[in-house]
Amino acid sequence: MSAAHEQGAGHGHGHDHGHDHGGEAHGTMRDYVWGFVLSVILTAIPFWLVMAGPIADKSVTGLIITAFAAIQIVVHMIFFLHMNARAEGGWNMLALIFTIVIVVIVLTGSLWVMYHLNANMMPQSHQMDSLP
Amino acid sequence: MTSQDQHWSMLFGRLSLESLPLHEPIIVATFAAVALGGAALVGALTWFRLWGYLWREWFTSVDHKKIGIMYMVLGLVMFLRGFADAVMMRIQQAIAFNGSEGYLNSHHYDQVFTAHGVIMIFFVAMPFVTGLMNYVVPLQIGARDVSFPFLNNFSFWMTTAGAVLVMASLFVGEFAQTGWLAYPPLSGIAYSPGVGVDYYIWALQIAGVGTTLSGINLIATIVKMRAPGMTMMRMPVFTWTSLCTNVLIVASFPVLTAVLALLSLDRYVGTNFFTNDFGGSPMMYVNLIWIWGHPEVYILILPIFGVFSEVTATFCGKRLFGYSSMVYATVVITILSYLVWLHHFFTMGSGASVNSFFGITTMVISIPTGAKLFNWLFTMYRARIRFDLPMMWTVAFMLTFVIGGMTGVLLAVPPADFVLHNSLFLIAHFHNVIIGGVVFGVFAAINYWWPKAFGFRLDPFWGKISFWCWVVGFWLAFTPLYVMGLMGVTRRLRVFDDPSLQIWFVIAAIGAGLIACGIAAMLIQYAVSIIRRDQLRDESGDPWNGRTLEWATSSPPPNYNFAFTPVVHDLDAWDEMKRAGAPRPAGNFRAIHMPKNTGAGIILAGISTVCGFALIWHIWWLAGVSLAALLITAIAHTFNYARDFHIPAETVAETEAERARQLAALKGAAA
Repeated sequence: MSAAHEQGAGHGHGHDHGHDHGGEAHGTMRDYVWGFVLSVILTAIPFWLVMAGPIADKSVTGLIITAFAAIQIVVHMIFFLHMNARAEGGWNMLALIFTIVIVVIVLTGSLWVMYHLNANMMPQSHQMDSLP
Repeated sequence: MTSQDQHWSMLFGRLSLESLPLHEPIIVATFAAVALGGAALVGALTWFRLWGYLWREWFTSVDHKKIGIMYMVLGLVMFLRGFADAVMMRIQQAIAFNGSEGYLNSHHYDQVFTAHGVIMIFFVAMPFVTGLMNYVVPLQIGARDVSFPFLNNFSFWMTTAGAVLVMASLFVGEFAQTGWLAYPPLSGIAYSPGVGVDYYIWALQIAGVGTTLSGINLIATIVKMRAPGMTMMRMPVFTWTSLCTNVLIVASFPVLTAVLALLSLDRYVGTNFFTNDFGGSPMMYVNLIWIWGHPEVYILILPIFGVFSEVTATFCGKRLFGYSSMVYATVVITILSYLVWLHHFFTMGSGASVNSFFGITTMVISIPTGAKLFNWLFTMYRARIRFDLPMMWTVAFMLTFVIGGMTGVLLAVPPADFVLHNSLFLIAHFHNVIIGGVVFGVFAAINYWWPKAFGFRLDPFWGKISFWCWVVGFWLAFTPLYVMGLMGVTRRLRVFDDPSLQIWFVIAAIGAGLIACGIAAMLIQYAVSIIRRDQLRDESGDPWNGRTLEWATSSPPPNYNFAFTPVVHDLDAWDEMKRAGAPRPAGNFRAIHMPKNTGAGIILAGISTVCGFALIWHIWWLAGVSLAALLITAIAHTFNYARDFHIPAETVAETEAERARQLAALKGAAA
C-alpha cells in the first residue's frame, strides 16, 4: 500500500486485475460446426465398423474404435473446450499437460504395481493344489 | 429383535446409551474435563457478550486474513489433542514391561495411535499450512483477497466439520483402530464392524471437500490475481511453493476421496473392492491411498520450504541465493512426488524391477531437496545473520531435517527397507522430517508473521525457552526410536516382553515430557505477548526489515489490504520499493468493492457434520433430511445477490491518512 502504485488504477475488488489475460477463447459458429461435423464422422465410422463388421478380427476393430475415441477427445477439447496453446495465457494447456502426465503416471504405475503384486502374491490354482 | 428395538434403531440407527464409553474411566475423566472447560468457555463468551462479535467478525468473515488466523487456531487446538494422544502412547510404552499391561487396554490404545496420526496430519499440519497460505499469499502478491472469498470461508468450516467429527468420536462411540491409513481388510466391515472406521471415513471426506476447494481457490488466486509486474519468476518463493502445493492438493485429493468412497461402498453396501475374497484386492487400497499419501507429505513440506526461504532471505538481509534453482527444485519435487508412492510398500511383494524403479526415484527426490538446502546455506554465507526466533527455528530445521532426510534415503534402499519396514526406525524417520520440517517451520512462520497479523511481536524470552525444549526434547524422544528400530522393534506395540528395551522407552517419554514443556512455554509466550502487547507493539508494519509485499502494509493490514494495487518491478518487491524510496499514495482514493460476510459457510458445514454423524450411525432418515437440507441451503445461497458492498473513498482516505501519520510519527521518533 505504501509505495509505487498504479495511480488511478482503482479496480474494484481484486478479482479483475489479473494481468495475463492471454485472450479468452470463445468459439465461433464455424468452430462449433466443424467440431460437430468431425464428431459425427468420428462416431459414425466406429458405428459402421461394429454394425457392418467389415473387419473380421474383433481385436483390430476394438483398437480402431479406441483410436477414434482418442481422436474424438482431442476434437472435443479443441472445438468445444477451446483448448489451444494461447487460451488463458497458456495456463489451460499447461494444466492439460500436467493432468495427462499425472493420469498416465497413476494408471501405468498402478497397472504395473498391481500386476506385480498379483503375479507374486495371489495364490495360483496350481499352488493351491500343492498345498497340504 | 423386539418391536421397541426396531423403533429405536429406526430413530437412532446404531446409536444407543451403550455407545457412550462409560466403562472407560480415562475417557469419562477426559469428558468431564472437556465438558467443564467447554462450559466455562461458553459461559465466559456469553458473560462478555462475545458471541455476536465472534459471529459477525470471525465466523462469517470472508476476509482471507481472518480465515487464515482461524485455520491456525484450529490447528493449535487439534495439536493439543494430538499431542495428548502422543503422551498417552509414550507413557503406556514406558511402563508396559515385566508383565505389566500398562494403563491402556488394546481397544483404547489402538484408537489412540490411529487418532494421533489422523489428527496430526489432517487436522494439525493441514490447517497450519493452509492457514499460512491463506494469510500470506494474497498479501505477498498484492491482492485484496483470494479469488473466491466465500468459498474460502466454506472450505475452512468444512475442515472444522471434519475435526468436530473426530473429536466427537472420543465421547460418542469409538474411533478407528486401524492405523492412520485404515488399510483393509482390517478396516473392512468384517474386521471393524463398529463405527470407528466410519468416523474416520466421513471426517476425512468432509474435511477433504474443504481442502480441495481451498486448493482450487489458491491456485486461481496465484494465477490470476498477482499485482501488475509480478511475473511468475518474480513471485516470492513462498507463493511459488504454495502454488505447487495447491496443484498437488487438487491433483491428489480426488484419489483419496475415491479410495475412501470405495471403502465406504465395501462397508455400507457390501461391495468387494478391497475384501479378501470375491475378487477384491486389499493391495489396491494400499496402492491407491499412497498415490494420494506421498504427494500429501509434499503438500505439507513445500510451503514450509517457502517459509524458510522467506525467513532466511529476510534475516540474512539479502536476496535469496539461487532463486530460479529454488523454483525449479520446487517444480521438480511436485512432479517427482507422484513417482515414489510404492516405497511405502516395498515389502508387499512387488518384483525387483518395480522395487528398484521406485527406490531410485525416491533417492532422486533428495537431489532437488538438497539443492534447496544449499541455497539456504549459500544465502547465509557471509551474511549478517540476525538470530531472531524465526531464524533460530530455521537453523534447527536445517540440522534436524537433513538427518531425517538421510534416514529417508536409507529407507529408500529396498533391501534395507525389508529390514526396517514398520519398525520404530520408520517412525523416527517420519517424525524427524515432519516435526523437524513442518512443525519447526510452522513455529518459524508464526514467530515471523505474528507481528503482521496482530501488530505486536511475540515475546522472545518464552519463545527461546520453547525453542530449546522442543529441539532437545525432539532428539531425546526420537533418537531412542532410531536405535530400537535398528534393533527390530516394530511400531504400534502396546506391551513388551524384553525388559532391556524399557530404558529406551523411558528416555523417549522424558523427551516427550520436554516437548510438553516446549508447548507449555509456547502457550505462555502467546499469553505473555498478548498481555504485554503495548511494549511489544510494532507500528512500522515491517519489524524484520522484510523484502516482500506483505510488509508494505500496516500491521494488521486494513481489511482491503492495499488501497491501490502495487506495481512490482523486482523479485523482492518491497525491498526494491524501500531502496527506491517510492512514495505512499496520498490522494485520489476510490471506493473499494468488497465481498460481504455470510453465514452460509458455517451453516453448510454444520449441516454436513450432522449428515456425516447420521451416516456414521446409520440414522438413515437424518442422513436423508440433512442431505436435502444441504442441497437446499446451497442452492438458496446462490440466490443471495446482496453479496458485496463498497468501502467509501472517504473511509479509505481516513485509514490511509491515519497510517501516514503513524509512519511520520515513527520517522520523527527515529530522527
